[in-house]
Amino acid sequence: MSYTERQQKRAEIRAMFKSNVRRRLLVDKVVVGTVVVCALAAIIPLIWILGTAVYSGLPALNWEFLTGEPGAVGAGQISIGPAIQGTVIIIALTSVIGLPIGIMGGIYLAEYGGSSYFARQIRFFLDVFMQVPSIVLGIFAFLAIVLTLGYYTVWAGAIALSFIMFPIVARSTEEALRMVPWTYREAGAALGLSKMVITLRIVLSQAKKGILTGVLLSVSRVGGETAPLIMTILGSNIFFSGFESSTDALPLRIWRLSLQPYDEARIAGWGAALTLVIIIFAIHVGVRYFFLRDKSGKGLRGTLKV
Amino acid sequence: MSTVMTDRNANTAIAEQPHPKYKMRTENINVYYGKTHAVQDLTLAFPERSVTALIGPSGCGKTTYLRCLNRMHDMTQDARVEGRVLLDNANLYDKRIDPIYHRRKVGMVFQKPNPFPTMSIYDNVVAGVKLNGVRDRKILDEIVEDCLKMAYLWDEVRDILKRPALELSGGQQQRLCIARALAIQPEVLLMDEPASALDPIATQKIEETIEELKKDYCIIIVTHNMQQAVRCSDYTGFMYLGRLVEHGKTKQVFEKPCDKLTAKYVQGQFG
Repeated sequence: MSYTERQQKRAEIRAMFKSNVRRRLLVDKVVVGTVVVCALAAIIPLIWILGTAVYSGLPALNWEFLTGEPGAVGAGQISIGPAIQGTVIIIALTSVIGLPIGIMGGIYLAEYGGSSYFARQIRFFLDVFMQVPSIVLGIFAFLAIVLTLGYYTVWAGAIALSFIMFPIVARSTEEALRMVPWTYREAGAALGLSKMVITLRIVLSQAKKGILTGVLLSVSRVGGETAPLIMTILGSNIFFSGFESSTDALPLRIWRLSLQPYDEARIAGWGAALTLVIIIFAIHVGVRYFFLRDKSGKGLRGTLKV
Repeated sequence: MSTVMTDRNANTAIAEQPHPKYKMRTENINVYYGKTHAVQDLTLAFPERSVTALIGPSGCGKTTYLRCLNRMHDMTQDARVEGRVLLDNANLYDKRIDPIYHRRKVGMVFQKPNPFPTMSIYDNVVAGVKLNGVRDRKILDEIVEDCLKMAYLWDEVRDILKRPALELSGGQQQRLCIARALAIQPEVLLMDEPASALDPIATQKIEETIEELKKDYCIIIVTHNMQQAVRCSDYTGFMYLGRLVEHGKTKQVFEKPCDKLTAKYVQGQFG
């Protein structure tokens, strides 16, 4: 190709660019516009739901409502004290069972299992587990624990919910660990560190934020589950009275209140729903603040967004 | 050269006196990535208190070979290594020895600076020491100062030791990585193009560091930069297509190369 030919060719290609630019700018605008609209569309229901919960639930909130025991309907004040207490207990117990299994399972999958047959099977079962309807897990816990023991217990609820929790935590932990660049593992190995030390002291600290996100996601999910609890902790009108009796929880209470035809029950139901949202939100903010705060003192290193 | 040891004695290294001159030797190293034969039958020895540069065009297997010297290929499943690497006559590839044991003696600096992002400058330097079990604050403080001085970084960071390592510039980060490698008190230092991402000033600082470290260490450096090889190495190995084409004193390799290919490469006719 001669010099002039090449020049001509370049000019032609440049000419093609130019005629393209306007169309591209237009496409760009359309795409950005669509994305923004979709983002708004995703946010609107969230704001709507939260707004309704606050609007309808706020009038119900007072000290007596939050701390008292629910009386008979029509006997005056309905309170959700036992439900709040029960939800806190059940989230704690579920986390005690579900988080170690989930996080350690995720570490195994990301750092040790690789693409081995065993690891692939585990991944598959975790993915399936995430799709199992929660009522099935509740029935399982009912048959395996409640019927065997002969009484409703908060442990049965926690075990059923931990089946929801650990697949979420394990898979998100695995993903978070995979995001950590390989070069840091090599740097650790070059310092003569064992694989366990590299994983726990170098890789895990970099994946902290991703792991926390998975943990909080699973806590929210578990905190809002109703179906497995119906068959395992049943619900109760009194405060927690031991591991061998039924317990109340907010989702259960909301469900029960919503079934009643009285105005005051409906309002109390909204109040309970708002309380649940506040508890979940508080856990999110608290956990993030505790784990992601900047060690040097002020401010947060991670963002507070959920 | 002394006779090759039997594997039975590999772990003890007492059975035979180490070769007086060579710190590290490799015998018939072959590396395969699947069907690709990346390093072919490479036998080479590295004298104590010297710098050996490995040069050659991209893809010739320099880095692959270097990573054999501290069993870094164990970290990934895709490479298969054959042959022996002897450190003071102990075979690194002895199946019964955990690579951790050797990696503590063989420090490595990577091509891209990779300080641990969640750690401070101080913690980065002592990461290897601390996580290997040393907790004495006084000793750690000493190590930090010593190693940062050796890596020519002390004056720049002495007042900000508690700041995150990622706040440093690229060149500073690389010198921090050198300090981190020195902190575990290795006997051999492997450097994989340590200056490839750095500006001339930082490069010069690192070359000064190498010059200084040579007094105590056996240094093996992979470089694309031939001037750098001339400036800071005592011996040079030229690799091409996975083979060692020529190896000798740097002066000889660059001024009177025995091989035509080497001559062409060092004169910049290809590469």
